[in-house]
Amino acid sequence: MQYEAVIGLEIHAQLLTESKMFCGCSTKFGSEPNTQTCPVCIGMPGVLPVANKRAIECVIKTGLAVNCKIAPFSRFARKNYFYPDLPKGYQISQYELPICEHGLVEIIVNGSTKKIGLTRIHLEEDAGKNIHEGAGDYSFVDLNRAGTPLMEIVTEPDIRSPQEAAEFVKKLRAIVRYLGVCDGNMEQGSLRCDANVSIRPVGQEELGTKTEIKNMNSFKFIEKALDYEIKRQIKILNEGGRIVQETRLWHSNRGITESMRSKEEAHDYRYFPDPDLVPVDVDNAWIEQIRLQIVELPDSRRQRFITQYGLPEQDADLLTSERAMAEWFEEAVKLGGDPKSVSNWMMGELMKMLNEENKLIEECALKPEQLVGLIKLIDKGVISGKIAKTVFEEMYKTGKDADRIVKEKGLVQVSDESEIEKVVDDILQKNPKEMERFRAGEEKLLGFFAGQIMKATKGKANPKIVNELLRKKLSGTS
Amino acid sequence: MELYSLSIEEALTAIDKGEISPVELTEAIFKRIEAVEDKIHSFVTLDKENSLIQARSAEDNIRRNIKQPLGGIPIAIKDNICTEGVRTTCSSKMLENFIPPYDSTIVKKLKEQRCILIGKTNLDEFAMGSSTENSSFGSTRNPWDVARVPGGSSGGSAAAVAADMCIAALGSDTGGSIRQPAAFCGVVGLKPTYGRVSRYGLVAFASSLDQIGPITKNVKDSAILLNIISGYDLRDSTSADLTVPDFTSAIGQDIKGMKLGVPKEYFIKGIDKEVAESVNAAINKLESLGAIPLEISLPHTGYAVATYYILATSEASSNLARYDGVKYGLRAAGGDLIDMYMKTREAGFGAEVKRRIILGTYTLSSGYYDAYYKKAQQVRTLVKQDFEKAFEKVDVIVTPTTPSPAFKAGEKTDDPLQMYLADIFTISVNLAGVPGISIPCGFTSQNLPVGLQIIGKHFDEETLLKTAYAYEQATDWHKRKPKL
Repeated sequence: MQYEAVIGLEIHAQLLTESKMFCGCSTKFGSEPNTQTCPVCIGMPGVLPVANKRAIECVIKTGLAVNCKIAPFSRFARKNYFYPDLPKGYQISQYELPICEHGLVEIIVNGSTKKIGLTRIHLEEDAGKNIHEGAGDYSFVDLNRAGTPLMEIVTEPDIRSPQEAAEFVKKLRAIVRYLGVCDGNMEQGSLRCDANVSIRPVGQEELGTKTEIKNMNSFKFIEKALDYEIKRQIKILNEGGRIVQETRLWHSNRGITESMRSKEEAHDYRYFPDPDLVPVDVDNAWIEQIRLQIVELPDSRRQRFITQYGLPEQDADLLTSERAMAEWFEEAVKLGGDPKSVSNWMMGELMKMLNEENKLIEECALKPEQLVGLIKLIDKGVISGKIAKTVFEEMYKTGKDADRIVKEKGLVQVSDESEIEKVVDDILQKNPKEMERFRAGEEKLLGFFAGQIMKATKGKANPKIVNELLRKKLSGTS
Repeated sequence: MELYSLSIEEALTAIDKGEISPVELTEAIFKRIEAVEDKIHSFVTLDKENSLIQARSAEDNIRRNIKQPLGGIPIAIKDNICTEGVRTTCSSKMLENFIPPYDSTIVKKLKEQRCILIGKTNLDEFAMGSSTENSSFGSTRNPWDVARVPGGSSGGSAAAVAADMCIAALGSDTGGSIRQPAAFCGVVGLKPTYGRVSRYGLVAFASSLDQIGPITKNVKDSAILLNIISGYDLRDSTSADLTVPDFTSAIGQDIKGMKLGVPKEYFIKGIDKEVAESVNAAINKLESLGAIPLEISLPHTGYAVATYYILATSEASSNLARYDGVKYGLRAAGGDLIDMYMKTREAGFGAEVKRRIILGTYTLSSGYYDAYYKKAQQVRTLVKQDFEKAFEKVDVIVTPTTPSPAFKAGEKTDDPLQMYLADIFTISVNLAGVPGISIPCGFTSQNLPVGLQIIGKHFDEETLLKTAYAYEQATDWHKRKPKL
């Protein structure tokens, strides 16, 4: 039987606010355990939460960017369960009335566009962390993260393949990073993704029994985990078995999902409106004020790059996947760089070097004006394209300008015909056999001579002049 | 007159005139406590040493001519209100050794006034109860008859005021916990409008109903204390961002032509005959002062107790989840995490607290939420609307505070439902969020105080205090003192 997968995603994004969701503690990552806490986020008796306005704005901003309806009235609810990293014994979240509903995100898979519906986006607080290492028979609890604002984005079950799921998360990550509401770091857990997966025979409307998959902390693992889970479910059904509704954990080291808890063991969270917090009233003036802060998003920027700069789709895709990358590109173009040349350098050498060092574009020393300077040196014939790669590498490493590197290293292209001619004559003289073969019709030897000449000039000879001179001399016209 | 029996107003006047010093007053109070506390047991924690330090600091300010409206006044605080460095137990084993690292907002305000915080008063564990018998640290007794309960849950505070072991006290009121003990102990207890006083630092029982308020020897003291503790607090988003009037300025205005609503649902069968007589006489007295009594109806009164016990327990089941043995308070040894949780909560909570946590967990559970919690919220809206409609016709509503005078210790401890009915006349006020005050309006043949409840509109404590004061000035019930 042919099966199709039905996938819905739940994404948790840590918001980039200075302070926590319900108190004034810092949200900074990586401090000494329990140093970023106060009576409120420790859950002392008698304390009260006060909502962080900036966090609410982040959620509204995201909602607007993904075409959600923003609720004029929403409220916080308590999700009750016991766990040592949850100091109040409940998490403040949203239940019946989330801030955003009914959104839409477009993804491109295998060249065609697909719409993924969003059920809701809501705001909640993160829990702390239990630490088991070095604690002997006990466990430690670090509450630095407790109370950090989290945005939960829930999709409709519109996703049909692991690839679509990964594309969706990539797109969403790009959006939240463009908006500056989340840093999107999946390894550190500031962007986390859970999936609900079921399968059904192709053509069937009714949904199959779903499992929830957790702990997929990279795009690669999302694809792998979902692929594994779909195959696992198909195998069970093909063998006449039954899917059990449960939560499963992805183990990336073993490449499998494994049961964590069954439906029967699932918590009854006893959600109810949090009486300590007043409802969130959002009026149109506030929404419009937030809308004004939204930058141009990946989709429309991609389209603009194609039409305005005449870039191929592939270039536009890559350059707009990160806001900083797109802005770097536009800055270079604005400074006079030819769009296609800039794009080529960025997609080629720059990406290669960033990937090698696992760096983001905003972290590298190279500035757009420096790339433009390099391109100009090539255009003016001051250096050759080949030398330019060496110069680029040097620029990237040292942050020095191209012309300075060219001068310091004496890399200026030699365009003086008489100077080059001497070298050409010299090479031809040293290789009489090859000259004979060329004249006998073996034209590809032109490259051999050019190579010899470049080697002799340490790559500085102007290749155009070298070629002209070679042709002239070899054809025997002089 | 003994120093300890002074009211806030009298003590302030005497201090102002230089007749007494805060240190003398504080010493007199502690002497009184030493004499009668054994019989009453109002306090969980007494803080004589710090009190005297605070008294000297208040004296310094007086010498330096720094004016402080409440400077040097010894006040007792209910032990569910957090005090930095002084343990705050909620009368629970769970928090027996819990010392808050912070002050509640109202304690901060009192300290800024150079009030003297003499100690923490007993309550029903986590404010759950109507007799102050559900305390892990022994029950409090009624100064008018030590065989009887002082009411609850602010029984320690009400008894301390009645027995002159403090000049005034603070309590908290979730379903009547200030007004009912005030009525039983013959003192004045005010539950302000929900949102009038910050709840920051009040250990939550039922967050949507809890409110801190003064328990005092007379109405004017109530207004003086309310002036200090009221106001918007950035740390409590449910506190109201409204300008606070000077409540003492309402006092002394006459009540001619004022309309008094008398709800027929509050004068029911089962109400103690002497209580009914006292309250009716009080209404007549108010009428003689120019007020106009009008019969009104609050039709959903009969559902209030049931509604309250669903909403309050639901919220409590969640509010008390933080006492898990992990971070502070009691931790019982257990084999694994779940075992530790269970043993800690088994050992740390008393029977009534457990009963309410179980009840509230049930009413919030999936499959029951709509039938209980949601329905109760809807009824709460109806109860609120009852008051809104009534207040279209009347200025204040007058009722008995309780259906009976103070009952005997142990009389209702085995019958939780009977105990719950002790709050039948006070609960609706919390559900509606309106302010209510209980003032002494007579004594039974057994010399037990009777309370008159006056209920006002949202954020109209002024009219309520004005009415209470007019009545108080025309009677002398508040001047009677228990013989101890």
